[in-house]
Amino acid sequence: MQKSNVDIRSLQIGFGGLKVLENLDLHVGASEFLVLLGPSGCGKSTLLNAIAGLIDVRGGEIHVGGRDVTWAEPKDRGIAMVFQSYALYPRMSVRRNMSFGLTVAGTPRDEIERRVGEAAQMLRLTSLLDRRPSELSGGQRQRVAIGRALVRHAGVYLFDEPLSNLDAQLRAELRVEIKRLHARLGATMIYVTHDQIEALTLADRIAVMQGGVIQQLDTPKKIYREPVNRFVASFVGSPAMNFIPGQLARGSEVAFIAGVNRVSLNGYAFRSQPTDAPAVLGIRPEHIELTASNDPSAVSARVEMVEPMGADTLIWCRLADSTAFSFRHDADAQVRVGDTLNVRFPAEALSLFDETSGQRL
Amino acid sequence: MRLSLNSRLSAISALLPALLVMLVVYIGATSWTVWMSLTNSRMLPNNNFVGLRQYEMLLGNDRWITSVHNIVIYGLLFVSLALLVGFLLAVAIDQRVRAEDTIRSIFLYPYSMSFVVTGLVWQWLLNPTLGIQHVLRSWGFEGATFDWIVRPETAIYCLVIAGVWQASGLVMAIMLAGLRGVDDEIWKAARVDGLPKWRVYVSIIIPMMGASFATAAVLLSTGVVRLYDLSVAMTNGGPGIASEVPAKFVMDHLFERANIGLATAAATTMLITVIAVVAPYLYWRARKGEVR
Repeated sequence: MQKSNVDIRSLQIGFGGLKVLENLDLHVGASEFLVLLGPSGCGKSTLLNAIAGLIDVRGGEIHVGGRDVTWAEPKDRGIAMVFQSYALYPRMSVRRNMSFGLTVAGTPRDEIERRVGEAAQMLRLTSLLDRRPSELSGGQRQRVAIGRALVRHAGVYLFDEPLSNLDAQLRAELRVEIKRLHARLGATMIYVTHDQIEALTLADRIAVMQGGVIQQLDTPKKIYREPVNRFVASFVGSPAMNFIPGQLARGSEVAFIAGVNRVSLNGYAFRSQPTDAPAVLGIRPEHIELTASNDPSAVSARVEMVEPMGADTLIWCRLADSTAFSFRHDADAQVRVGDTLNVRFPAEALSLFDETSGQRL
Repeated sequence: MRLSLNSRLSAISALLPALLVMLVVYIGATSWTVWMSLTNSRMLPNNNFVGLRQYEMLLGNDRWITSVHNIVIYGLLFVSLALLVGFLLAVAIDQRVRAEDTIRSIFLYPYSMSFVVTGLVWQWLLNPTLGIQHVLRSWGFEGATFDWIVRPETAIYCLVIAGVWQASGLVMAIMLAGLRGVDDEIWKAARVDGLPKWRVYVSIIIPMMGASFATAAVLLSTGVVRLYDLSVAMTNGGPGIASEVPAKFVMDHLFERANIGLATAAATTMLITVIAVVAPYLYWRARKGEVR
């Protein structure tokens, strides 16, 4: 099976007076699993549809496997696609759903049978081949849709929010299955989702999009640990990152001042020379640590709410200046509402953002 | 749950008119018609029982045989052509054409016309000395011939043309609703699969639209059974008896030819035919409902 790379150069897409994408560049390597992540209306589905050739572009170029396919028909692009609503042909059996495209394309019958058998076996559909889509569960339907894409032996597989119509448990199961499939086939996959868990678990690289612009394109770890701006920081991660407004202050060491609290920034990797400017401190709930009251970097907070989440507990607190934040602690934490805790914000786990531009400092 | 006498009374009084209409008009009149078909009533109804004599006469009646023959031709052609034309119109409109609303109204417009008006319009259009043939000849196509309406063997097809013209707009509206219900992503999937458009319609969309086709076919079929005014307005059953239809046979014998016995026998035959077609279908539907 060939594995194509995808190269998008200054792509422009618009509908009427509305510009959806402008000068978008993106390179997806062969065998890479790239996730396009963003809220609805950010242009991620539009981008995927443009790669598939289902919508016309205004400008720019799309190359798949080194071939310029900007104006090619979808079937000639060497792509296969899986849709959110499965888009199965309802009156055809599973077997015919998978084979119909190949039959119309004139593929030899034994070749079709071989490919369908192979895909069905890979997706555990062999016993369902003679059923109609209406006789299948949601998860099975989506596996059939993936199977229909696989038999095309395409260079790139496109997924348009394939798990959004499934319930939480099935979603988790099929997510693992897709990941396994990618590991086994080594195929290039571009996957659109608004679910950051899917993005973090599946992707080799994530492109976080907002307003038609790729905000950050990086590995899941980097996106999680070092978001480039406040949008990425708040969109990725659940429970969400805490944001505390305050002020940078340079003294013997650089520190972050929020009301009466002072957080040392010794060890924080600044991108540029810090100035004494208003800033926002971001920290993920699992990076906040409990500490003793005599620790000089301790910040005291009052517990407002305790959310047990099974594996751990989410504790909602309020600082003296009434800024709220949450942090994660083990499930057996003896914390009650109204308690006063001493917590520490480790500098190496922090993210600092400019107050006005929202860019990482 | 027990209702008080008062609320039960008001419920009964609310239902009573409908119940009376049902009993008197439908069941009563139908039973009376069946009974009349077993008597030798001529101009006025009487109760002289003659068994199935009227049915024997009916089956020996050329005009009735022609009527039945015609309604079969009309029924098959009208339903299939109206479905075909209506579906093609809907597909054409579904291609995101400009001024879709206007075109849709124009296509649906004939349906708002009565069969009498439709019949008259088409009578003029098809009349060789007034209509299409005349126009073509006056444009210089001297050999142009379109005289179906005055030839006995083709007159019934003129009724089909007028009927299809009138009904295909309605079929289009039903089909368009069906087409709009098709998930956009199915179209996208078909494009990625590289299926030609006609193939998508034939192999994927039409099989999905069974309900739309059934609805349209049922509506059209009821129009076939009561076909009367179109024949009267367009050809008055002519030339000769070439475009007679069963409903017209019944009306003529009931009011003009003073033969109530024969007319009611014909009406009863129509009723039995309809029941013979509909009953198995209703039975099948009821069974299907139980299974689910």
